[in-house]
Amino acid sequence: MSATAERTRSMRRAAMSLLLAAAIYEALARSGLFPAALLPTLPAVGRALAEGVLDGSLPGHAASTLYRVLFGMSLAVVVGLPLGIMMGRFRPVEGFFLPLASALMPIPSLAWVPVFILWFGLGNATAIGIVFYAALFPMLLNAWTGVRAVNPLWLRAAGAMGADERALFWKVIVPGAFPFLVTGLRQAFLRAWIAVVGAEMLAASDWGLGWVIFDAKEFLRADVMLASLAVIGLIGFLFERVVFGALERATVQRWGMVRAGKG
Amino acid sequence: MQAIAPDFASAHLAEAPPAREPLWRIAARTTFPFVVVGALWELVAHLKVFPPRLFPPLEAVAATFGRLTASGVLPQHAAGTLLRLVVGFALAAVLGVAIGIAMGRSRRAEDLLLPLVSMGAPIPGIAYAPLFLLWFGLGSASAVLLVAFVSAFPVVFNTWTGVKAVKEVWVRAAQAMGADDRRLFHKVILPGALPYILTGLRLGLAQAWRILVGVEMLAAVPWGLGWMIFGAREFLNTDVMLAGVVVIGAIGLALEKLVFQRLEQYTVVRWGMMT
Repeated sequence: MSATAERTRSMRRAAMSLLLAAAIYEALARSGLFPAALLPTLPAVGRALAEGVLDGSLPGHAASTLYRVLFGMSLAVVVGLPLGIMMGRFRPVEGFFLPLASALMPIPSLAWVPVFILWFGLGNATAIGIVFYAALFPMLLNAWTGVRAVNPLWLRAAGAMGADERALFWKVIVPGAFPFLVTGLRQAFLRAWIAVVGAEMLAASDWGLGWVIFDAKEFLRADVMLASLAVIGLIGFLFERVVFGALERATVQRWGMVRAGKG
Repeated sequence: MQAIAPDFASAHLAEAPPAREPLWRIAARTTFPFVVVGALWELVAHLKVFPPRLFPPLEAVAATFGRLTASGVLPQHAAGTLLRLVVGFALAAVLGVAIGIAMGRSRRAEDLLLPLVSMGAPIPGIAYAPLFLLWFGLGSASAVLLVAFVSAFPVVFNTWTGVKAVKEVWVRAAQAMGADDRRLFHKVILPGALPYILTGLRLGLAQAWRILVGVEMLAAVPWGLGWMIFGAREFLNTDVMLAGVVVIGAIGLALEKLVFQRLEQYTVVRWGMMT
């Protein structure tokens, strides 16, 4: 089967399966077995989504969630990347930070929410702190692993050809570790995305997609919840496919370091 | 996909220096960073840079830890959390592996389920929490079901990938040697897919653990570490929170080291499928 035929086939089966699931859901929602407030029909969810987008509230919530994620992640990259690279290059740095990282890593970021609320108050600072904590470890550990995974042969070859420490770093180590760095960024985003939604629910702050969902529970607005869930899923999906996909294509795939995988 | 995430834990293990170095030196080297951080913490706490209620010295945290452990409160909270984790994860493991195998073996199941699974996957599990609370009420049922739902995704994905990755040659060889469907499944497909399934279970458990504490805070479960530390916020009991966080970290570490590394040793490593 050719690639395009395979593609149309998979599109068709995906559409079929989603339609089937939607039909089952709609039948359940309309059957009257469950209260309409708890199991809204799909048109109701669509209406809630459209209303939210049109009156500007959903884009506003999405923007503040994105702000928190990107801010926290940038902090995590700024701290985690250099530290991870140093850990990979220098034994004493590794000896000092690795035990600390191993001890902190198994603590889920959401466990820190109550502590951070006391320290930083409700609102942005807490959410950003939680995102930072969640994103730091994937970044750190991937940078560390990536640097150590650079083929020693390349290092010696570059050294033999007269590369100084700086050239070695920029021309060999960074590109060599890059697939790991991209993986780290990806994992960091996944973690951060979970963390931000949880933190917004717990450290309510009037804005943010997590807060909308949690707030909607008070008013039994399952339609608003499902609409916000759709937005959260869409943003997560776009980041994963568009942002990280593009990043990977522009760097490691172009440099021929990993085989271009399917989707 | 998450499955290709590098395996830090075992990478670290493999790196551990050979037995040349005496044990006390390794121990000293590992504890040194904690001593430094602990000393810094003590310094900040005793200089009263922050209010002691918010930034208690370590001995206060230790005292609280001892008091709560002796009175049985902390163990009971931990037991509640562990029970929820085990039940939720067991549900996810059984259903996830079953669905994943069905998707890997049957074209029709794959066509039907794959779009649904890949649509649900990018939504962070905790986002479903209020919906589950609305549907199943406050309390343990919501927490367990959400944990099961969330941790099922990596299990399904990896099992499906694993079943698909079983080498066609092995299947044909087994068939040529007269294996029936059942033996084919038990002797070839299941062992062949097991490294992937274990990866999926491991990721699922990590996912479950990460979500569970947050869900406990939202669901107001009667006993649970998440609820304990969230409730302590009302009374500014930072020492209780930190004691709870330590227990949470210890459980997380134990899950990784005791459960999964063991399981891997006994199965795939022993069969020589992974080193």
